[in-house]
Amino acid sequence: MSFIQVENLSFRYDQTRTIIEDLSLSLEKGRNLGIVGESGSGKTTLLRLLLGLAQPSAGSISIDGQVLDTKNWQFMRDFRRRVQAVFQDPYSSLDPRQAIFDIVAEPLRALKIDVDVAKAVAEAATAVGLPADAAQRYPHEFSGGQRQRIAIARAIVARPDLVLADEVVSALDLSTRILIVDLLKALSTSVTFVVVSHDIALVALLCPDIAIMEKGRIVESGPTEHVLSNPVHPYTRRLLASTPRLP
Amino acid sequence: MSALLTIDRMSIAAGERQLVRNVSFSIAPGERLGLIGESGSGKSLTALALIGLLSDAMMATGSILLADTEVVGARERQLVALRGPVVATIFQEPLTALDPLMRVGRQIGEVVRRRMRHDCVSTSSQQVQARVLELLARVSIPDPERLARAYPHEISGGQRQRVAIAMALAWRPRLLIADEPTTALDVTTQADILKLIGQLVEEENMALLFISHDIPVVAAAVDRVAVLKQGELVEDGSVGEVLQAPNNGYTRSLIEAARTFDRALGRLF
Amino acid sequence: MSLTPADTPQPTAISVRRKIPLSLIVGGLIVGLHLLAGILTILWTPYEPTAMVGGRLAEPSIAHWAGTDRLGRDLFTQILIGARIALEVGSGAVLVGAGIGITLGTLAAFATRTLDDVFAAAFDILIAFPTLLVAMLIVTASQTASLFTAVLAIGIAGSAIIARLTRILVKRVLSMDYIVAARVAGSSWPSIVFVHVLPNIWPTLIVNLALQFGLAAMAESSLSYLGLGAPPPNASWGRLLQEAQGTVYTAPFGAIAPGLALVTLVIGMNLLADGLRAFADPTRRRSR
Repeated sequence: MSFIQVENLSFRYDQTRTIIEDLSLSLEKGRNLGIVGESGSGKTTLLRLLLGLAQPSAGSISIDGQVLDTKNWQFMRDFRRRVQAVFQDPYSSLDPRQAIFDIVAEPLRALKIDVDVAKAVAEAATAVGLPADAAQRYPHEFSGGQRQRIAIARAIVARPDLVLADEVVSALDLSTRILIVDLLKALSTSVTFVVVSHDIALVALLCPDIAIMEKGRIVESGPTEHVLSNPVHPYTRRLLASTPRLP
Repeated sequence: MSALLTIDRMSIAAGERQLVRNVSFSIAPGERLGLIGESGSGKSLTALALIGLLSDAMMATGSILLADTEVVGARERQLVALRGPVVATIFQEPLTALDPLMRVGRQIGEVVRRRMRHDCVSTSSQQVQARVLELLARVSIPDPERLARAYPHEISGGQRQRVAIAMALAWRPRLLIADEPTTALDVTTQADILKLIGQLVEEENMALLFISHDIPVVAAAVDRVAVLKQGELVEDGSVGEVLQAPNNGYTRSLIEAARTFDRALGRLF
Repeated sequence: MSLTPADTPQPTAISVRRKIPLSLIVGGLIVGLHLLAGILTILWTPYEPTAMVGGRLAEPSIAHWAGTDRLGRDLFTQILIGARIALEVGSGAVLVGAGIGITLGTLAAFATRTLDDVFAAAFDILIAFPTLLVAMLIVTASQTASLFTAVLAIGIAGSAIIARLTRILVKRVLSMDYIVAARVAGSSWPSIVFVHVLPNIWPTLIVNLALQFGLAAMAESSLSYLGLGAPPPNASWGRLLQEAQGTVYTAPFGAIAPGLALVTLVIGMNLLADGLRAFADPTRRRSR
């Protein structure tokens, strides 16, 4: 039994607009998965489905054998504790009117997790390398990279099993990017990441497994090393050939 | 042959704050220079300064000699004469660079007409139309007639960037400034656009100033790179030199970061 | 994007001191003065408001700062009381309008597409009717003209504008990633509204509420002028104006004085709103 099992998942707005079609994948605890796709590939919709923010038109997502049921309040509370997310734009993903402490503490308070909130927030902040005086400050006082650290702290504070990372570094400068990658790598020992990105290199750095999405389907998947060295599907080949390399 | 663009100890300040400090570099006719920098490095400001489009709150000092015209302190009339025939620019987000209410063909036609007026050639609308379709074909747009009738929002991001390139090309400029031209595009589209820019620059014998934060992209597009860090030029050399043996510590760390990502991809199949 | 590239530091960031705008100070002073006058009348008035204490239609003098009315009552006293009524009606109407408007606007923003369209159209239609006309209809329908009906009528009539604004503001906030992040963090919709949505729309909303306050004070005077506001002996400015109408050529000050009071309050409220807007403008905040 896989930790996350996606079976024959479809999502469509109506008969003509199918975003995700008959998609299946599985994920083991402790093995990061990278989902690579370009705009229109359906990766954002897949992410929303995986987070229980949208209802699939067909198929199912299960966690530890239990089917994700967005209507079941009890189940969702447990699900939210186990599955968290980090988003692309660190400027829009933090409420500008909340202090960092309240931002990071949100999952603990919302899910009424019975822990010492102050201690848990401090631990999460330390784990992501935020300065000690960050808690009482506000998002606009931080750089993009620091903001993304805050968002990561919020995602890990409730000690989830899985964190979905949606284009987490694409809004950042290269020198900041590499630091966030190092952070995610370090955190990977205690939490599993699903890295959704258009950037194959990022996925290759963080994920032992990869799935390539095109037009709502997974066209190729497997161990990253294997897929990158022996791409079979024409789209994967094109994607790799298009990725600019250093001479 | 003398340089097409010579920037000499140029600084840009907004009030008391120095945003760009003592930057000097030059571009020879037909040369391709990449300007690498992270956010806040002043790379886009530098581009705006050399076409005289800095906002009123900012002031450039020093010297920017573009086709033997001094841009710093130049009057608007002189600048207008430079923009287009001498230097044309394409931006990161073509959607904001195009007029949303005008058909693509007409927007390009507008530029074609202005260029012809600049050359003192009389024009018929058939000639303009023919030139527009020719330009669209040159930027590898499959069905130029159909696309010319479309509005900007009706076409894809890649096609919009092609239209923006066609508009720049309509001027037949001597220097093309490309400010993060592929950042908003998908990887596969980016590869196509890079190829297109490279091909056109060579065929038209244009000089290219390619501005980007993405080192592999810059390396693929240019011969020489300059690196800006917080408004200061810290490195200037050929792509090979800079990538293999950067002089500056900051450049070294940037290239090391880029190499980390690059290595992860392994050797290609 | 093209002309303001990402790495262009915002020029406003340099000269940012959190300076209090002049309009906020002046507006605050004017409104404060009215407030003080209004509160004062609860405890003390120069004369008994209904007592005939001087000659009829007396000119302003040391004893009667604003002169007297037809019945020899002290006008200044009545104008002070009028300030209290204007403020009562203004705050009451804004409370009613904000209560209805914010609730409906928020609901509309959360509603399904079709329902939202219905809400939006309803707001637009309501806004198309002049506030005063709607208020008159409500007062007439309730068949009693009292301070309470005036407050209710003006509040309901003004609520459409607040509702429309709230709907747009809430929609904008709902599209932000921090709302998705809050959902993923497990926050319920009600707590998202109170923790994230309302605090983020508040600055813009408060400015508009201040404007509404001025409009409500004016609407109350208009209603009273038409005899649909607070009945006598409540000395509403509108009623003072209406009573002075007949003698406006012989004793112009009877109309000028309450008119002046109304105009200054409305101007004060507008200045205050303007100042609040400048103060709350996020581009004035310290840059990152």
